[in-house]
Amino acid sequence: MNKLKDSPAGGRIVITVIGPDRVGIIAAVSAILAEKGVNILDISQTIMQEFFVMVLVADMTEAKIDLVNLKDILARKGEELKVRIDAQHEDVFNFMHRI
Amino acid sequence: MLTIEEILETIKMVQEENLDIRTITMGISLRDCSDSNYKAACQKIYDKITRLAGPLVKTGEEIAREYGLPIVNKRISVTPIALVAEASSADDYIEYARTLDRAAEAVGVNFIGGFSALVHKGFTGGDIKLIESIPGALNFTERVCSSVNVATSRVGINMDAINMCSRIIKETAKLTEKNDSIGCAKLVVFANAPEDNPFMAGAFHGIGEPDCVINTGVSGPGVVRSAVKKLGDGADLGALSETIKKTAFKITRMGELVGRTAAKRLGVPFGIVDVSLAPTPAVGDSVAEILEEMGLERCGAPGSTAALALLNDAVKKGGAMASSYVGGLSGAFIPVSEDAKMIDAVDAGALSLEKLEAMTAVCSVGLDMIAIPGDTPEETIAAIIADEAAIGVFNHKTTAVRIIPAVNKKVGDRVEFGGLLGHAPVMAVNNFSAEKFSRRGGRIPAPIHSLRN
Repeated sequence: MNKLKDSPAGGRIVITVIGPDRVGIIAAVSAILAEKGVNILDISQTIMQEFFVMVLVADMTEAKIDLVNLKDILARKGEELKVRIDAQHEDVFNFMHRI
Repeated sequence: MLTIEEILETIKMVQEENLDIRTITMGISLRDCSDSNYKAACQKIYDKITRLAGPLVKTGEEIAREYGLPIVNKRISVTPIALVAEASSADDYIEYARTLDRAAEAVGVNFIGGFSALVHKGFTGGDIKLIESIPGALNFTERVCSSVNVATSRVGINMDAINMCSRIIKETAKLTEKNDSIGCAKLVVFANAPEDNPFMAGAFHGIGEPDCVINTGVSGPGVVRSAVKKLGDGADLGALSETIKKTAFKITRMGELVGRTAAKRLGVPFGIVDVSLAPTPAVGDSVAEILEEMGLERCGAPGSTAALALLNDAVKKGGAMASSYVGGLSGAFIPVSEDAKMIDAVDAGALSLEKLEAMTAVCSVGLDMIAIPGDTPEETIAAIIADEAAIGVFNHKTTAVRIIPAVNKKVGDRVEFGGLLGHAPVMAVNNFSAEKFSRRGGRIPAPIHSLRN
């Protein structure tokens, strides 16, 4: 349980982008993260059933924003780009897939 | 490092398959709120609930957003009110129910459970006052849920309590007649009631519990159904069980994560995860649909009990591995009105009350959210409860009856409760009388296998 952070601003998050592929998705997302001091650790992407899927792991230790607000900003950007952007604490995935 | 497939699997469970945390329930002891003056007692109750549960809803919402996991309900369970109110000289306990309702409204939870009495062996004066207050309490309040424990495997079945409860069920139906007898949807009659159940309407905070505790209930019938579907028609029953186990593990981990996080942030101990499959009326969130995916034309067809037994057991095995403390009801729920495919099965004539009763022998809870004709005699309802209690007591499991004798409704009519409580077709009841049996009263002794010491 020591992985659980008290502060939602701390720790690593997973950002997922799902939607039709188009120019500028990675640029838009990484611009927001750079501006808010969120450090990108890993990006992977794939095409699944014609959909563009990007998964990005980022570190929020130095972030100037908390996760809840970052989520809102990313979700709004997603609407603009007509893709779905989610950000979740990494623990959700670790808890489900790792013992 | 997580793989992209694992991350997408989690996202898909939430976005497409209705994975959610069904409830975070804060259990609060009211044992220190007794007072000979009932007004003083009610004030203490209100103050304690609003103090401890004040941040509950906000904390739940924050966690839901950070983890991207919907937390559908935030709820409260309290010490059975009969124990708390007994010290007062109040003639009835409706004021206590109103106080719970006001406190629940103040902190923003949709249900508060614990307007309850434990009478499996007999009644105290407070127990009788509480039970007699149930119809009024459920009529005058919106959020209060009530339960009565009438039997345990240790002491047997209290038929006098069952007779009293069936009269109370009829009175509650009558009092809440204009809303399709909705009061009965908030009243559960238990055998072997768990003390740490986070699910409504049967939640109460047991007497062995700490002052305050967080329990969670997970859900995810849609996730299980889609895992079964992916396996295809060729997979044998062992493979089915294995897949359900793995899926239940993943679902339960989410309950464990959310429960522990909520407990930590609220500064109270974490109690248990209730490893259950709880359906909702939403499409794709149905336990009956899992059984149909397993290969039954309709839920209720021959084979339903076996399929449900496999499902229930696999859910528990997977869930037990995923959480350090499993408790509550832990099993698949089969409420009729809250599960769209159960309703369809009743409408199609595939599912009868008797088949449901058989199914309750192998899953959690019991005859749940079942509407029956309003003219069903009290003694018949008592006998239905006694049958269900017998299944629980003699099999060392929890069973319960939440039955709605809908006033002025006949078989084939419908009742509408709205929201999570759903709607239900009125089901046929066996019309042969059990009057003489029920009226005998007294207690059915504990089964021989209760003598374990």
